Amino acid sequence: MNRMLHTLTLAECAQKLDAREISSRELTQACLDRIQKVDPVVKAFLRIDPADALAQADATDSLRAQGATSARQPLLGIPVGMKDVIAVKGHTLTCGSRILGSFVSPYDATVTEKLRSAGAVIFGRLNMDEFAMGSSTENSAFFTTRNPWDPSRIPGGSSGGSAAAVAADEAPAALGSDTGGSIRQPAALCGCVGLKPTYGLVSRFGLVAFASSLDQIGPFTKDVRDSARMLSVLSGHDRRDSTSLPRPVPDYEKALGGGLKGMKLGLAREFMVGGLDPEVKAAVDAAVRQLTALGAEIVEVSLPHSEYAVAVYYIIATAEASANLARFDGIRYGARVDGADPIQLYERTRGLGFGAEVKRRIILGTYVLSSGYYDAYYLRAQKVRTLIRQDFLNAFEKVDAIVSPTTPTAAFKAGEKTSDPLQMYLSDVFTISCNLAGIPGISIPCGFTRSPHLPIGLQLLGKPFGEETLLRVAHAYEQSTNWRRERPPL
Amino acid sequence: MSAGDFNIQYVARLARLSLTPEEEQTLASQLGSILGYIEKLREVNVDGIEPTSHAVPLVNVTRPDEDRPSFSNEEALLNAPARANGLFVAPKIVE
Repeated sequence: MNRMLHTLTLAECAQKLDAREISSRELTQACLDRIQKVDPVVKAFLRIDPADALAQADATDSLRAQGATSARQPLLGIPVGMKDVIAVKGHTLTCGSRILGSFVSPYDATVTEKLRSAGAVIFGRLNMDEFAMGSSTENSAFFTTRNPWDPSRIPGGSSGGSAAAVAADEAPAALGSDTGGSIRQPAALCGCVGLKPTYGLVSRFGLVAFASSLDQIGPFTKDVRDSARMLSVLSGHDRRDSTSLPRPVPDYEKALGGGLKGMKLGLAREFMVGGLDPEVKAAVDAAVRQLTALGAEIVEVSLPHSEYAVAVYYIIATAEASANLARFDGIRYGARVDGADPIQLYERTRGLGFGAEVKRRIILGTYVLSSGYYDAYYLRAQKVRTLIRQDFLNAFEKVDAIVSPTTPTAAFKAGEKTSDPLQMYLSDVFTISCNLAGIPGISIPCGFTRSPHLPIGLQLLGKPFGEETLLRVAHAYEQSTNWRRERPPL
Repeated sequence: MSAGDFNIQYVARLARLSLTPEEEQTLASQLGSILGYIEKLREVNVDGIEPTSHAVPLVNVTRPDEDRPSFSNEEALLNAPARANGLFVAPKIVE
């Protein structure tokens, strides 16, 4: 019997599909059944069209019957969920907002094309904080996704639907986007693997822009091998994204294996202080000991400007967002609210269409860019950003990667931080500097809190384009522990 | 650099964003505390530091200027809130 197919990793799915033990239709149906069973509680999906998914699955089964295998199409027949901010031709795209109305994408994002060429079944639209602004999915205009380990808690955000879907075995993998931690933080809180690639490695063509100097697309998976496999599919130069770097794409899975002898890992003293939950600290300390046992040498490093990262981020990200979201004006797409003149039409459309957090950030971003304040806020933030990036480059002269907690605490309760946006922002303290510096980061499970039983994430940060080292360290740690085998009680 | 002279109505007007009086009140107080937090950047000495606009600097990115397939008129208008004669209907801009 093909029970529990929904629990398989990408690598296991590919192997069983290639061996003709299972078909893509069976695998896709198993995921659809799982969604039907658990998504009324988890609420990860904004939309899923079973007929469309099964038709895609059948098409890959026909290809396989004609001789196609995962050797050339690594995701052949495997469902991959999509954060609702990435364009899929003919599918709705809301960005978790009401302002886009019933928008249907007229084209595929580059990553969608890459998934299709790799044979993936494009699988549903996953919930998120509106326009990727938030850390809990509570800013979704539709509903809050729940943490699979405890439905009274949030899954993290902004890619909370993607993380929850993978952790709850509703999809073997999913895509998210990360502007200040929106892949790594929900991966940590839901207990899966989340990777934010180096800025410029993965094309953003077809990703609705939030903060263009920070946004990256990356995968959620059940383990590190799958993360490497997804990254090999997603990476590569795209002339439709002028920030995409023209460099060859390695086979990231080849970087896995081998010990950590000779590897130097940095522990940033600034990351192990104030506000860190004792259970999170204990789990990270234990992970560091485990990495040492695997042969890595631990070196203390200093990132003196990291204490300014949250402030820099909320200037730069909101400034860029205020410009990017100017396009939602009710003229070419989305819901329109009429007015006596064009200005009133814009104001009413945007006033009614955007939610509270998006308004807050547009106002802040407009203010820091406004005449008389630009130098004091935006320009100063860009200069401090240079110092933050320089701190990392200095540290990477001494170490191959930096180890830290992903989040200061495990998943918090829904509603706990909604009234105090600053407290919500401060929960991103460990993830934000990675985007400012443009470096890659990965979050992997490294333990659980005792009661309630909630996942804890370990973050590894790497040199620009240092994904192979990051994945190798993450894989070595993961394979020496059993955290990934625990499943949420759904 | 001071949060004191933050005028929510003026900034909302710049952002083309209508706010209810309740929203104005909540946002003004929340942004007051956020701007207060951001003040800490004044501690940093940034003399002689170049600003970073992109973490991985690329300059003069070009591509060949050649015809590529693009949207049909129908596809371009697919999501239009109002359309007529193959065009977007927009409010009157010039008297």
